[in-house]
Amino acid sequence: MKTPFFTGAAAIIKKDLRAEFRARELVSVMGLFALLSVLVFSFALELDREAREEAVSGVLWVTLIFASMLGLNRGMALECDQGGLDAMLAAPVSRSAIYLGKLLGNFIFTAIVGMVMLPLMTVLYGKNLLDAWVIGTTVIGVFGFATIGTLLATMTVQTRAREALLPIAMLPIVLPFLLTAVRATTGLLNGALDGEWRGSLGMLAGITVIYFVICLLLYRYVVEE
Amino acid sequence: MWEKPKLAASDLQIEESPQPRTLRILTVITVLGFAGSLYLGLAAAGTDILQGEIQRIFYIHMPSFFGAFTAFGLTLIGGLIYLARRREHWDRIALAGVEVGLAFSLINLLTGSIWARPIWNTWWTWDPRLTSAAIMCLTYAAYLMLRAGIDDLDRRRAFMSVYGILAFVTVLITLFIIRIVPETIHPVIVGASPQNAQGGFEATSGVVMALFPSLLLWLIFMPLTLIWHRIRLEKRIEALNRLKTLALSE
Repeated sequence: MKTPFFTGAAAIIKKDLRAEFRARELVSVMGLFALLSVLVFSFALELDREAREEAVSGVLWVTLIFASMLGLNRGMALECDQGGLDAMLAAPVSRSAIYLGKLLGNFIFTAIVGMVMLPLMTVLYGKNLLDAWVIGTTVIGVFGFATIGTLLATMTVQTRAREALLPIAMLPIVLPFLLTAVRATTGLLNGALDGEWRGSLGMLAGITVIYFVICLLLYRYVVEE
Repeated sequence: MWEKPKLAASDLQIEESPQPRTLRILTVITVLGFAGSLYLGLAAAGTDILQGEIQRIFYIHMPSFFGAFTAFGLTLIGGLIYLARRREHWDRIALAGVEVGLAFSLINLLTGSIWARPIWNTWWTWDPRLTSAAIMCLTYAAYLMLRAGIDDLDRRRAFMSVYGILAFVTVLITLFIIRIVPETIHPVIVGASPQNAQGGFEATSGVVMALFPSLLLWLIFMPLTLIWHRIRLEKRIEALNRLKTLALSE
């Protein structure tokens, strides 16, 4: 008999959260990376005040996407090396439930990093990012990254090159998310008219739903045997 | 020791299989059609009043995108059927589709860029449609890289089928982005052009006369012929690899 879908997914999330709470292996690495990235961007671009305000949403999203990939790579490698993936596959849960569980786990960790970054960047870049819509956009965008990322990380972790392949496979596919998210955030921060950023935000939400459904259906093909 | 060449010859039968007649006919049609469509586009069609000769590149630019569409579409279909039936032939179709489609979409980008230089006064601009077309190319280039990184054959086929299905979303985005993001400057020739479009021209009967055969050729004959040849090549590569393993194992 199969465990009901949501019970299975919830159990996986609980497992990931508990492991993270005990070892603090992912969020700490992702958070530190995000912090460094924000600082490095600020030095590398030699930003004056005006340019910094222009670049803020780009820095936010590039950092988030790389933090998300870092977490995915690390999380999946741990899962694979410690036999977690095999155990989940042996358990009587549907593959889609495993996908949903892993997806939400990565989403929660990346979203935490995002929520830490917003106030930090507000202070460092002098632009108020603590707006309800900006937070909402961040949450949706991070969820979008996680939909694709979870599927692709499960694939790449089983390959020879492992960590190296995830960015190559993932970056072009998440570009639609990145584009719409950056547009929506820039529009919001520069006080553009409602119509301009709402369109991008709507598109971001739309493609997130589309990719979520596709990945949910395809996940069982990347965890065979 | 003397048995090695015998085994090899029987294994290489695929390589010696002659081209099927349909493929030969298709190849001839494609080559003649390509010459014909070039004639129609470069010589027979009238010169555009506003843009001059550069407008003629359109007869390759737009059809090459649709050729890529067909090829990537075959990758999608090949991936879906492979996942359902597990016949390796469908995976070969998918791979051939990616390579042919990537070549076509590069032609599409290059010709567009050449056209944009005099008309938009730049080789490249971050217009939504140009950006999405570039993303599409990168996605399929990533397909080839990812494919090269997976050793296990069954796993490679299954994973790449999944990736081929995911990647097709970028093709759809490129196709429909003009309707979604209205601020593009990319003109639409068939149907209503966006408000900001620059460099459009009317689809007069002369344009349609030269465009239609070219479109038919690029949409159907060119991708099918090239993909068929590529599949046969893939079979040879596989036969060669089997032979290598055989030679090494003895």
